[in-house]
Amino acid sequence: MARSTSKDAQALFHSLRSAYVATPSSLKIIDLYVGFAVFTAIIQVVYMAFVGSFPFNSFLSGVLSCVGTAVLAVCLRIQVNKENKEFKDLPPERAFADFVLCNLVLHLVIMNFLG
Amino acid sequence: MAAAAETSSDRTLRNAFGGVLSFFILLLIGVLAFSIRLFSVIKYESVIHEFDPYFNYRVTQFLTKNGIYDFWNWFDDRTWYPLGRVIGGTVYPGLTLTAGTLWRILNSLNIPLSVETVCVFTAPIFSAFASWATYLLTKEVKGAGAGLTAAVLLAMVPSYISRSVAGSYDNEAVAIFALIITFYLYIKTLNTGSLFYATLNAIAYFYMVCSWGGYTFIINLIPMHVLLCIVTGRYSSRLYIAYAPLVVLGTLLASLVPVVGFNAVLTSEHFASFLVFIIIHVVALVYYIKGILSAKMFKVAVTLVVSIGLLVCCAVIAVLIALVASSPTMGWSGRSLSLLDPTYASKYIPIIASVSEHQPPTWPSYFMDINVLAFLVPAGIIACFLPLSDASSFAVLYIVTSVYFSGVMVRLMLVFAPAACIMSGIALSQAFDVFTRSIKFQLPGILGKSEFDAGDTSSSSVVAENDAAKPDKSEEKLKERPSRKNKKKEKELVEKASVEKTSTKSKIEKRLLVLPLEASVIALLLLVFLGAFYVVHCVWAAAEAYSAPSIVLTSHSHDGLHVFDDFREAYAWLRHNTEVDDKVASWWDYGYQTTAMANRTVIVDNNTWNNTHIATVGTAMSSPEKAAWEIFNSLDVKYVLVVFGGLVGYPSDDINKFLWMVRIGGGVFPHIKEPDYLRDGQYRIDSQATPTMLNCLMYKLSYYRFVDVDGKGFDRVRRTEIGKKYIKLTHFEEVFTTHHWMVRIYKLKPPRNRIRGKTKKSKTKTSATSSPRKSVATKKNPWH
Repeated sequence: MARSTSKDAQALFHSLRSAYVATPSSLKIIDLYVGFAVFTAIIQVVYMAFVGSFPFNSFLSGVLSCVGTAVLAVCLRIQVNKENKEFKDLPPERAFADFVLCNLVLHLVIMNFLG
Repeated sequence: MAAAAETSSDRTLRNAFGGVLSFFILLLIGVLAFSIRLFSVIKYESVIHEFDPYFNYRVTQFLTKNGIYDFWNWFDDRTWYPLGRVIGGTVYPGLTLTAGTLWRILNSLNIPLSVETVCVFTAPIFSAFASWATYLLTKEVKGAGAGLTAAVLLAMVPSYISRSVAGSYDNEAVAIFALIITFYLYIKTLNTGSLFYATLNAIAYFYMVCSWGGYTFIINLIPMHVLLCIVTGRYSSRLYIAYAPLVVLGTLLASLVPVVGFNAVLTSEHFASFLVFIIIHVVALVYYIKGILSAKMFKVAVTLVVSIGLLVCCAVIAVLIALVASSPTMGWSGRSLSLLDPTYASKYIPIIASVSEHQPPTWPSYFMDINVLAFLVPAGIIACFLPLSDASSFAVLYIVTSVYFSGVMVRLMLVFAPAACIMSGIALSQAFDVFTRSIKFQLPGILGKSEFDAGDTSSSSVVAENDAAKPDKSEEKLKERPSRKNKKKEKELVEKASVEKTSTKSKIEKRLLVLPLEASVIALLLLVFLGAFYVVHCVWAAAEAYSAPSIVLTSHSHDGLHVFDDFREAYAWLRHNTEVDDKVASWWDYGYQTTAMANRTVIVDNNTWNNTHIATVGTAMSSPEKAAWEIFNSLDVKYVLVVFGGLVGYPSDDINKFLWMVRIGGGVFPHIKEPDYLRDGQYRIDSQATPTMLNCLMYKLSYYRFVDVDGKGFDRVRRTEIGKKYIKLTHFEEVFTTHHWMVRIYKLKPPRNRIRGKTKKSKTKTSATSSPRKSVATKKNPWH
């Protein structure tokens, strides 16, 4: 049972990898960006767990800034993905402009909230 | 070929024409929404209404005078003496900032309006905005025709009028607009999947958080809808774009508002959104992996990913539950708890239960507040299911939840009203659509039997339909009341839309169910009649029921109109005859008005943040005179204000509120017991009343010298003679009573010289010779 699961997992891993290699490099860059943002958020949470959350607004704005950028980048990735049929009409330039606007709002709020 | 081109150009022309027409209709709807709320100004005067608006008005005055930074840091020492209140951190600033900005803009344009005028007219202006927002929202759900109908309905729905007449300067006035526009932008984002609208949505949500505590409704309703979509298998990447940025941005923006602050991430009201945020990420990941993998590999992946995702979810839920359980009220605020458990407030928090707008509504109030919409709503819900889209499922969810909330608290009828308007708008427009369409299909058969059959070429049938539509329109015009111009136009537009539809897909619709001509004409007539009834009711409600400012009262009797302006008389007396720093004690209802109109420090006010302080005042009011004097003296009180309606029959006076004072006081100070004030469970003030009741301060202050009016002491509110007629005050003296005795102001006597024997002696003397000295005391009073 355990062996078949691990085998399956390996097969899955392989097919995931082969499927992912096919994605365009621009999307891969976005994925990297999302991964980095999530990683930063996790570091902050771990740091908070050790040191404490005293300036709570700083902690909150730090984590939410990372999560926010990750979420927005995911949205951008969804929109510029060529395989996604829902956003055929949306030009990637427009999607990027929306992304920049949203990020601007997000980081203005965060700067305001940092304290 | 040429015919097809002609019809398409015809269609674009008609579209453009429809666009212009609907623009003007919307303009008229805005004018209607604004002007129907002006009855209070015309019938009374341009004045701020009721209780809370006075506080908002005072805050706005402060804002316009001192600027925004002083406003955030404002510590108000005029209320809650001796505690004070941090206004900047405890008030929802949306309304005051809106009105302040409006005032500033007008002044910079050299339109010198007073702050009060701007405040009075803020609510009507925003109700016009709200009806436009309703148009947008309903248009996203079910098309422009339904949108216009819903906007007309919302412009004059009595429930909303009751909170937004000119002068009713309260949070709800702008909050309903914010609520609807937030929902609209959410639906818009959901339909388009554009990050731009998602940003706007977050900003609209921020405005809502600024304006009203009811924002928790949004932050729970939208996750519920997302969850519903996911569970019913309607997940799409547009849903992700609509929801995930909203949670992150919305949470951050909400924490910027001082009154919410860290509550946006710490209280249970917001946890549902975080939970759904995690769930949607898991679901999004699953869908993504499903997209890139083959079906067989996906099955393998499901077992792994889902089990991991479940593990993560379980961990998060466990953390959340631990967090929630660690706080005493499970992290819910009292008001939210009383929404989830309707009996909660009456059991534990009398101060919430004592407010009349927190009571559950009665059936007549539904009819009064939404009128015929109550019957149209079910039809609208059915129309939303044919066909069910993301947007219409949201509308259904909105109405279902808001029906529940309106059933718990009469105040939340206000949240229910827009949903009812949207649903009824959809129902009405669909009904008109069906009836006019079937008329159009019947008429050519009757008018031009010889020329052609019903099933002809498409272009000729379009012409025939256009011909058919014209007499139909004129027929309707005759039936319309002349005053309902915009409604009429809007119906024309509905017809127009249906004409378009029939022209584009006439072939499909010929197969559709066509009602008989007579039936549809009669049904149309009935619908118009229903609409007319609604309009008549709304205008009546706006003019008669909801435009009273409640600080100026009127009554019609056989000898003409009586105006009772006692409240302002009393506050003006306080303002001009007392020292600036004197403290005035009254029941908390009158706190805001006293600070705003009399500019005197009060002990408690309508912001009921400190239960103990209110209980202290309640205890004082329900104690005997001496004990009450001691309590008031310890609070540095100089004057005590009571509202008394017994002379003119004003029912919401302090004697009728007295049991709440006893309950709230007794909740903190157990020596005040409610049964002591009740005779066999009955609250009475006549000779059968308990001695505790007859000797308490509120009774004495209300009925002091009352017997002198008619010799019997007949209370016109309670419809009895009072129980104790000759009241002797030892620690208080009457300083002012208004013209109709509605407000009575007493001053605390200074403490006597501390010779115990002498005080006692004088007391016994006065009590022994009560009635002869009574008349002397009345003569001494210079005001009557």
